Amino acid sequence: MPTRSNPRVGPMTASHEPTRLLDVDALLDDPKRRIIVCCGSGGVGKTTTAASLALRAAERGRKVVVLTIDPARRLAQSMGIEALDNTPRPVPGVSAGSTTSGGGSTTGGGAGSLDAMMLDMKRTFDEVVESQASPEKARQILNNPFYIAVSSSFAGTQEYMAMEKLGQLDKDARASGRWDLIVVDTPPSRSALDFLDAPERLSSFLDGKFMRLLLAPARGPARLMTAGFNMVTKAVTTIIGGQVLSDMQAFVSAFDTLFGGFRQRAQRTFELLQADGTSFLVVAAPEPDALREAAYFVERLSAENMPLAGLVVNRASVDPEVELSEAAAMSGYEKLRDSSDDASRMAAGLLRLHADRKLLVERETRLRSRFATAHPHVATVVLPALPTDVHDLDGLRRIGALLGGDDAA
Amino acid sequence: MAPASSDFPEVQLHVVTGKGGTGKSTVAAGLALAHASRGKTVLLCEVEGRQGIAQMFDVSPLPYEERLLAKATEHGAGDVYALAVDAEAALLEYLSMYYRLGRAGKALDRFGVIDFATTIAPGVRDVLLTGKVYEAAQRNSRNKGARQYDAIVLDAPPTGRIAQFLNVNSELAGLARMGPIKAQADTVMTLLRSPRTAVHLVTVLEEMPVQETIDGVRELREAGLPVGGVVVNLVRPQDLDAEARAALLEGTVDESALAKALASAGIDADKALVHSLVAEGRDHAERRQLEDSQRALVEKIGVPTYELAKLAGGVDLGGLYELAESLCAQGLA
Repeated sequence: MPTRSNPRVGPMTASHEPTRLLDVDALLDDPKRRIIVCCGSGGVGKTTTAASLALRAAERGRKVVVLTIDPARRLAQSMGIEALDNTPRPVPGVSAGSTTSGGGSTTGGGAGSLDAMMLDMKRTFDEVVESQASPEKARQILNNPFYIAVSSSFAGTQEYMAMEKLGQLDKDARASGRWDLIVVDTPPSRSALDFLDAPERLSSFLDGKFMRLLLAPARGPARLMTAGFNMVTKAVTTIIGGQVLSDMQAFVSAFDTLFGGFRQRAQRTFELLQADGTSFLVVAAPEPDALREAAYFVERLSAENMPLAGLVVNRASVDPEVELSEAAAMSGYEKLRDSSDDASRMAAGLLRLHADRKLLVERETRLRSRFATAHPHVATVVLPALPTDVHDLDGLRRIGALLGGDDAA
Repeated sequence: MAPASSDFPEVQLHVVTGKGGTGKSTVAAGLALAHASRGKTVLLCEVEGRQGIAQMFDVSPLPYEERLLAKATEHGAGDVYALAVDAEAALLEYLSMYYRLGRAGKALDRFGVIDFATTIAPGVRDVLLTGKVYEAAQRNSRNKGARQYDAIVLDAPPTGRIAQFLNVNSELAGLARMGPIKAQADTVMTLLRSPRTAVHLVTVLEEMPVQETIDGVRELREAGLPVGGVVVNLVRPQDLDAEARAALLEGTVDESALAKALASAGIDADKALVHSLVAEGRDHAERRQLEDSQRALVEKIGVPTYELAKLAGGVDLGGLYELAESLCAQGLA
């Protein structure tokens, strides 16, 4: 259950400062920027945004790896990562350093590159187990039914493993110098906060009383078990069955020595997210639900001391640049809609469209300005709705250009 | 206006899913109202802890308790009740219903077992959530005092997770091969796989959501779950006919005739205005073309489809009633 018990975080009074424009290129070009996390609720174009940012950074001279979670097929194809194999692979067709504006590249020296990968949650979990345990113990864990269930379907494993992968990529990047920027997409959860909460949930589970209870018999003589424990095991056995409990106990005792390692890893990754080189980009659509989630996320980041770079508003309706109000267009439509000649009927249709568009733009603008009033420090970039989904690198490049504010876009 | 009957007369449990951003909760709410307008007593359930129903209907957050949400003023219409199913509360209720656990029940909470069962143990959460919906659907005259529902609309998890969510016993299979939770899952499955259930998928006419809908229908069928209809939501206004759209796409619009027509409606149309309107129209026609190609894919799925127009002003209570009317008229309810 997501509890919205956190206090709201805001300026208390509206300041009427104009919304700051998010300078995406400055963010991408900053050599101190090592990690960019794209987050937001599902269906707002997070993965596409992450991929576009990564491509743009690479073509501006950074050595980039992008971790996508669940990309649409054609987006994955456009980056040549159709196969889910958990390994970063070079994206063909990246024109390294080609669009670097004069003096724009601060990374110095080598030309940019882009590697892309898709998260394989189960594989990542297995690898952690394999790296932490002796081969025999690892095999024991990997074959345990409870482990199989947790690693493939526990709500939150995907978030946790995305974090784990990010930690690995960062370590790898520092050791090998293969990458100097990691762009991360986050799992498509209902709430953007899940990404931050999952590791905490997993470690509190591993740390919890329940786990210690399960471990107790493995550790000491049975007589040390409390009456409470007996009662609880009895209840658990009644509800989920004795076999599950014994699987769990086997899992937990095999896992016991790894717990410390897991907790430390989760802790380290969480610290990585708070580090100076990390920036969060919150992605939203100009819809009440998506902006509400974005607001919660922005406030949460500030509470956790996590660095927020800004807000990307995708799929905004484009304001037609003519002075014809919605009301005027509607009244024209009313007058013309029953006409019989082609020109009048077309005029009626066009006026109706114009009125709808005006109404939509007005509504979205109002939503965005309300967001800005409550969160005045959030730099924002607004992207127009594009007629098609992205199929190729050119599509990603175009979105990158819009993000960077190129006039030629 | 409304056809005499629904396309799904046998169905009591309507499960509504959809990709994020397609408006599945709005459609679920509209569908609940539509059923009520046909004289049914309806329960609208949400299971994602989002309080979406409360927000849509602008009422205070819903507790774990059936609340009257919309009372009918029209003669012959039924009422809509709402329930926000919460896994923890459902587990405690389940325990007190089937096992007199007494002190152990409290100890469970203290030792973190409730938390474990509802958030970490794979599949258990979904069994509890669907189990509560099942309980509401199974009530009959033997349950004294319990309200009986003619229709239950479940605002379910998104398309990408729906088959896993509903296929509760296979999710548990690797874990609990026997025991009461497994038995509960099996009972729930008999309802979910029966003709009393239909899973409706909400989409918009864009590539990704349509692809996910096609995948979702396949997964549901593979799991033996009954697919209902596809609701195409947020459809663009249909104010320009095919001929007008073709002219816009080909760039053969007679702009002076258009200016004259606009002038006759009292709009002082200079060149810039006419150009802008034509450009907006062309943009619209391009998107309609893409929508048509996606619509063709939706039709190939081979289930009944229903279309809902995009409400430019957003969805408020009045908007929900409009959606309900449209769903009735098209026969989803």
